[in-house]
Amino acid sequence: MAAGAKEMNKTNRKYRYGMVIDLDACTGCGACVVACAVENNVAPAPAKVNDRTSITLMRVFQVKDPAPMPARKTVFVPMMCMQCDDPPCEHVCPQQAVELDPRTGIVDQMVQRCFGCRYCMAACPYHARYFNWFDPEWPAGMEQTLNPAVAPRMRGVVEKCDLCHGRFHEAQDRAALEGSDNITYQPACAESCPAQAIRIGDLQNPEDPIQDQIRKPETFQFLVKLGTKPKMFYQSRRGWVKRLAERASPNGNSNRRDA
Amino acid sequence: MRSGFFFFAGAALMLLGGWVGLPKALYKQQAQPLDFTHKAHVVKAEMDCTSCHDFRQDGSFAGIPRIDNCAACHAEPVGTTANEKKLVEKYVTPEKEIGWLVYSRQPINTRFSHAIHVRKAELKCERCHGEHGKTETLRPFEYNVVSGYSRDIWGRSISRLRRASHEGMKMDDCMDCHKEKGAEAGCLGCHR
Repeated sequence: MAAGAKEMNKTNRKYRYGMVIDLDACTGCGACVVACAVENNVAPAPAKVNDRTSITLMRVFQVKDPAPMPARKTVFVPMMCMQCDDPPCEHVCPQQAVELDPRTGIVDQMVQRCFGCRYCMAACPYHARYFNWFDPEWPAGMEQTLNPAVAPRMRGVVEKCDLCHGRFHEAQDRAALEGSDNITYQPACAESCPAQAIRIGDLQNPEDPIQDQIRKPETFQFLVKLGTKPKMFYQSRRGWVKRLAERASPNGNSNRRDA
Repeated sequence: MRSGFFFFAGAALMLLGGWVGLPKALYKQQAQPLDFTHKAHVVKAEMDCTSCHDFRQDGSFAGIPRIDNCAACHAEPVGTTANEKKLVEKYVTPEKEIGWLVYSRQPINTRFSHAIHVRKAELKCERCHGEHGKTETLRPFEYNVVSGYSRDIWGRSISRLRRASHEGMKMDDCMDCHKEKGAEAGCLGCHR
């Protein structure tokens, strides 16, 4: 057993997963949003939901620059949990249902512990958390499309992006069997993006290709001034897009996609 | 004095009733669809666990064996027992799966990788499943009427005081072993 224990320790290599999203490449097609919902067993929304009560673990905001029409430009901003290194949602949770996993840098949500107070939703500056207002229901036959690697959530709890943890588990198994300690995987959003605008990497690994990306001058992060240390990076060579990053809300007071 | 005696006698009676009755009320029994003797397969046929409970080529655990696994040897009865006759007639010939009730089935939000535990950490099957391979008959499947979980998750002993090292598959039981081996994982290490 001692040998086994040693083996296990070896695999406890630490990661700090982060993503780089190229806003100049993003066409706003929304494939990532669909892939995310399918991967994470997000149930089809009942007819009565609205923008506030539906669940989209990631969404694509459309932001327009203020210029008048012929010169007006648009950018699409895919937004999901920023996997902050100092997550406000973790600090406010009275149930300790939120945990910054020190081994992966992923902010975990334990829905079994969550009792639905929604403090974390109020605390999250990125609106990356969603409350289950309704029990998830799949139309007859559609339950067969469920992903067995992800447990569905019930009514009354908050859920969020956990960087496709089911895929992480699979990658962990694969690495273990290959005898390697290098766990690499693609979340559903990154895999589905036809423009390859979303890329994942290990921020802790100095040899990861993501390091070159985050050092580029066009790379920025949203709301850095709040000090939550997000691990999602965005890229754009357009000045007005970069200036978005410090605005409280991309479209004034509304965070609706079509506002 | 007299009333005190009745009070304590009554309390003891209630406690005893609860101690004996509650496990019976809490767990319901269900018979396995077919009686299976692990012992005959392990001792007489000299097989080991992985002969039937095998790993796929990619290293993942294939779980409870399917009927074609049985059919490989039992296309025709090789012995004389009534159970084997039932197996061949009811399941192998019509190619029907046996609806085994899985003692060790974990709740849906639990992720357990046999690949990591058995292949990499080299744990023995018996560490968690006990001496199941030496049993001559399949005990009835017992499940908690409230949660629907198999009784093996909690373990046979309701008090959990004198339980065997393999007994119990609760989160605490996993955590104890993980702590002991210095392989602590975060919440989503084992949940999904």
